[in-house]
Amino acid sequence: MSLIDSLPRAGAPKLPRVDGLIPWILPLAIILIWQVACVTGFVSARVLPAPTDVALAGWKLLQSGELVRNIWVSFWRASVGFLIGGSIGFSFGLANGLSQLSSKLTDTTLQMVRNIPHLALIPLVILWFGIDESAKLFLVALGVFFPIYLNTLHGIRTVDPQLIEMGRIYGMSDGELFRRVIFPGALPSIFVGLRFALGIMWLTLIVAETIAASSGLGYMAMQAREFMLIDVVVLSILIYALLGKLADSASRALERLTLSWHPAFQKH
Amino acid sequence: MQEALRFRSLDAEPVERAGYVEQARQLRLAPETASRGLSLTIRGLRKSFGDNEVLRGIDLHIPAGQSVAIVGRSGCGKSTLLRLIAGLEIATAGTISLGEDARPEDVRVMFQEPRLLPWARVLSNVEVGLGRERNSPDAQARAESALSEVGLADKRTQWPAVLSGGQKQRVALARALVSQPRVLAFDEPLGALDALTRISMQRLLERVWHDQGFTAILVTHDVTEAVALADRVLVIEDGRIAEDFSVDVPRPRQRGSAELAALEGAILKNLLEGTEDTSDL
Repeated sequence: MSLIDSLPRAGAPKLPRVDGLIPWILPLAIILIWQVACVTGFVSARVLPAPTDVALAGWKLLQSGELVRNIWVSFWRASVGFLIGGSIGFSFGLANGLSQLSSKLTDTTLQMVRNIPHLALIPLVILWFGIDESAKLFLVALGVFFPIYLNTLHGIRTVDPQLIEMGRIYGMSDGELFRRVIFPGALPSIFVGLRFALGIMWLTLIVAETIAASSGLGYMAMQAREFMLIDVVVLSILIYALLGKLADSASRALERLTLSWHPAFQKH
Repeated sequence: MQEALRFRSLDAEPVERAGYVEQARQLRLAPETASRGLSLTIRGLRKSFGDNEVLRGIDLHIPAGQSVAIVGRSGCGKSTLLRLIAGLEIATAGTISLGEDARPEDVRVMFQEPRLLPWARVLSNVEVGLGRERNSPDAQARAESALSEVGLADKRTQWPAVLSGGQKQRVALARALVSQPRVLAFDEPLGALDALTRISMQRLLERVWHDQGFTAILVTHDVTEAVALADRVLVIEDGRIAEDFSVDVPRPRQRGSAELAALEGAILKNLLEGTEDTSDL
């Protein structure tokens, strides 16, 4: 047996159905232990409510429509902020990867701004935008910008120069060279940025909603804290985990779809 | 089939495959008269990178359809000469003329690395070789025909990552051939392959050269390969052509024959003498 069994190896039989369940064994086991610990009184309900209580709180909130509304508001903020920040980051990454002039002009500035923790801007953002939607969108966009920018830039800069020379020899125009050589070559790195950005997107949004909002998941959790509704607080945290996983799965699926040429994504 | 024949034919009229092979055999006897290749004339060619003069005056005529091997120690300027011929570098002085009707698609290069696009299927990689004609309606048929030429028709839908080193290099060859080039320049094309794959690739190169009648320029450090494949072997030393050997051995050549071995010995002796002169071993 090799220690490193995640590396591709020939001839290993696969059981796809069982394989799909393996990742869920651990979360289910944790919930089970949690439930047992609560029911036996090992953990006090005031510290941590049982999973069944959390589910019950979720059911009530679902019936009142509050849960769906808050999830929807958070989801909307996350996606709009992500789209704005991501597309600006991607554009700067492209421009600075392809043009020396653009890179000289903006890269130093961007690197300086990057080193400011974007959440440190919350007081300033509240002064600028109040607790309006734009405050949250601004913070999410800013947080998402850098991982997308850096990884797009890195991806473009590390495209094999021999392939670019090959493209030129075979008479590709600039547009074609970009479409057929540079962009596909940068894509694996862009996806790394995308997945980092998704993590930062949730983090930023939740912090922003906790501090300055009147709706959304973060607000829901903060409200629940005010009224000592610990089950709702735990529920919000679990929903973050699920939403994070969902975003990650979506980006992985996209990755598998567009990087099917990559040896790491080929079925063995 | 008609398409494939048109692609291979050196002649305007369609010929049967068997008849075509016969025709190619005749061409071997007199490649210059019927070749599709371009002749190449180089005069006073110089190339410097900063203060470093890599080529110091090359004068060379290569008749259409000839296969020329260029050998020399590393750093002698042989690859630079090839890159200049392929238009990848700009000469400091001197001229390279390829004939008046030469188009960009007429000169193709094959490198030591296959340089395939990992994100394109084998067939699309070959289509890249069509240059500006890659969007024409017969592009796919031509790419398929070029793939059959190198014996990889069954790999057309594969990703390059699953091919062996030799197969990748054959795809690169198909990509170079698909535009029916009239000059094909090889920069150590077999340098990264194992011994057995090298030999079968050498046979393949010899065959496509015979079939298509292009002018071949092969840069190599392997003198055995040079005498096995080429009509003529140039030795480059210190940026100049030091020696011009003609390989008058009939084809198909017997690998390891006394004639080839003697010639190989003479060329190697020449190369080694050059090394001793500069005493930088």
